[in-house]
Amino acid sequence: MSAKSIAIWGTVAVVGAVCWTVLALSRGEDVSALWILFAALSSYAIAYRFYARFIANRVLGVDDTRATPAERHDNGRDFDVTHRHVLFGHHFAAIAGAGPLVGPVLAAQMGYLPGTIWIIVGVIFAGAVQDMVVLFFSMRRDGKSLGQMVREEIGVVGGVAALIAVFAIMIIILAVLALVVVNALAESPWGVFSIGLTIPIALFMGYYLRVLRPGRVSEVTAIGVALLMLAIIGGGYVEQMGLEEALTLSKEQLTLGLVLYGFIASILPVWMLLTPRDYLSTFMKIGVIVLLAVGLVLAAPVLQQEAVTDFAREGTGPVFAGKLFPFVFITIACGALSGFHALISSGTTPKMVAKESQVRMIGYGGMLMESFVAISALIAACVIDPGLYFAMNSPAGATGADPATAAEFVAGLGFTITPDQLTAAAAAVEEQTLISRTGGAPTLALGMSQIFTEAFGGGLAAFWYHFAIMFEALFILTAVDAGTRVGRFMLQDTVGNMWPKYADLSWKPASWSASAVVVGLWGYMLYVGVTDPLGGINQLFPLFGIANQLLAAIALTLCVTLLIKHGKVKWAWVPGIGLAWDLVTTMTASYQKVFSDNPAIGYFTQRERYADALDAGELLAPATDVDQMEQIVLNSTVNGTLQALFALLVLVVVVNAFVIWIRALRAGGLPTTEVPWHESHLVQPSDFLATPEEKEAVRRWEAEGRGTEVGSHR
Amino acid sequence: MTEVLEIARTLRRRVRELTGEAKWDDYLAECSAVGEPPMSRRDFERRRDDEREHLPGSGRCC
Repeated sequence: MSAKSIAIWGTVAVVGAVCWTVLALSRGEDVSALWILFAALSSYAIAYRFYARFIANRVLGVDDTRATPAERHDNGRDFDVTHRHVLFGHHFAAIAGAGPLVGPVLAAQMGYLPGTIWIIVGVIFAGAVQDMVVLFFSMRRDGKSLGQMVREEIGVVGGVAALIAVFAIMIIILAVLALVVVNALAESPWGVFSIGLTIPIALFMGYYLRVLRPGRVSEVTAIGVALLMLAIIGGGYVEQMGLEEALTLSKEQLTLGLVLYGFIASILPVWMLLTPRDYLSTFMKIGVIVLLAVGLVLAAPVLQQEAVTDFAREGTGPVFAGKLFPFVFITIACGALSGFHALISSGTTPKMVAKESQVRMIGYGGMLMESFVAISALIAACVIDPGLYFAMNSPAGATGADPATAAEFVAGLGFTITPDQLTAAAAAVEEQTLISRTGGAPTLALGMSQIFTEAFGGGLAAFWYHFAIMFEALFILTAVDAGTRVGRFMLQDTVGNMWPKYADLSWKPASWSASAVVVGLWGYMLYVGVTDPLGGINQLFPLFGIANQLLAAIALTLCVTLLIKHGKVKWAWVPGIGLAWDLVTTMTASYQKVFSDNPAIGYFTQRERYADALDAGELLAPATDVDQMEQIVLNSTVNGTLQALFALLVLVVVVNAFVIWIRALRAGGLPTTEVPWHESHLVQPSDFLATPEEKEAVRRWEAEGRGTEVGSHR
Repeated sequence: MTEVLEIARTLRRRVRELTGEAKWDDYLAECSAVGEPPMSRRDFERRRDDEREHLPGSGRCC
């Protein structure tokens, strides 16, 4: 290292250390959110510069003389040498969605500190490592999927378990994301108006690209974004347009709408709806993150939430039940460690990487960026007055859905807010009410609206609120269309193993029935969440978080297995730390969710309690009639069974892998399905910024006439 | 000035790669290099739509 670089990194380390110290020592005084922001940024920078580089060079042994699958199979479709900045954008757009926005908001009930620490430490040692290592191993295997790799490298038993787990987890994730949208749009005519309009806008964009001016993507995206803004502004006038009543939809109506939408979107040709919606959502994703970062720095808000609330120690929080350990680590999945990313890091992205060494910036760097989104969401939730936060995020059964009872409930939790303040807060963002608007989206939107109003002025609180709701719902609807489609492909592929005709993607009966099954499954879980008298989010979100983390356990198990098989057992701790921590937290959480005798936590104890009361002919709050009692019994049975099933499937994979580890350790390594070395002829820089040497190398290579622009077709 | 133009050109190219519009630019360049007449933009994009329809496609995550 040069003296200059030592000075720079020394400064970054000092800034980070100061920020962390302030966060650690401040109690009961005004703490600026910027301390969190800069603690995060300096930690990311150091981790990226040192740890990620160590993993790339020493642990994985990236080799730029080796041709990547994109270079060898370049076909301009799935295998496609892509410029690293462009691929970073694609990869980030694929991994980041509503997840990192929702989890931190819910976890804010435990204070800002637990979430901050887990998001930053988790991403550095677990999440980003997983994304990068899976990306690398899949790249070395021509972009094989996670399921395929588990089957080939661990075994058929593990492979089948992984396949079922991936499918089941996807269903839960779609259901919970859809539930977030339903909760954000219920009784909100403005929200329904603007989100509803995204469908005709996307259809128009699709028609434009197909018929009017084929291929002009930038142009149509600009038009689409402008229309989107008009849709948000227009939503403020629903009352004047006389649409208020027609657009005030109940949760049940929205559920039905979403299920129908999901089914239709997944069977329509992709050019009509899915592709154009994806352009909008990608643009908004990148745009909003930049906006949020700028807004945070300009507004420099003060954190209102406590550093660590009593709920962290006692586990009695109204947002979700359970103590800090293990539930913070479950609630915040995306942003710290997200198993779902392993599905993107295997399959799509590895087929586009130009040079092996770029896995660091794409895999590790992409995940750091998502972590930054999660930190921003956490800050947004913690700058809201805690009284308002708890009134918004506690289930309707607890708050009574009325300002007076809600204020009383919040006072019982030890926070203060008056009924008038609750009404005024709702009026400020032009919503009918903010009480029990669970699911995270309304809270985030409120926090963002507060930050943007402070940063950019103009008294546009209501606009910013609905802007935030809109972009979150947009991400989720994109995930719902795309996820249903991916689920449909998985189902067709699996059934196709027994009945080949079914795997034919253009055979309508197969694609329609597979779509219907997938939509039916997540639609059912969504309905379970929507109608749950106990509050859908606090029941289902833990299931979602655990499912996502269990998928991460499968991915990290694969990483450890491959390192051992490659004879790199001394580096197995690198994905191993993440795996060990993930298994400890998810298995503890799973155990508690299945076996805990506290009915707020254990699904089966809850079931028993309500079933016993039913038998005795009693009603237990918050249920108000026998139907609701039966609903609770059924829901807790379904949730508990799924929970147990997920944990069991993951254990099967881990045990299967353990057998392979022993075998590989005895043999000092085992053969893997890695594709042999082929010489690479591409010259490309490896990091975000090219070094002078790299620039020179690229220049020379281009001068030889070989370097037609990367990303183009030879 | 040439440097600014160069940066703007690269930036435009990256954006077009991100949106996939660069595929058409490359196709045109390739056709003129081999001296073949290119197909119409409409047919070209239609082919890309068909390809996209049958690729498992980029998943979108939580």
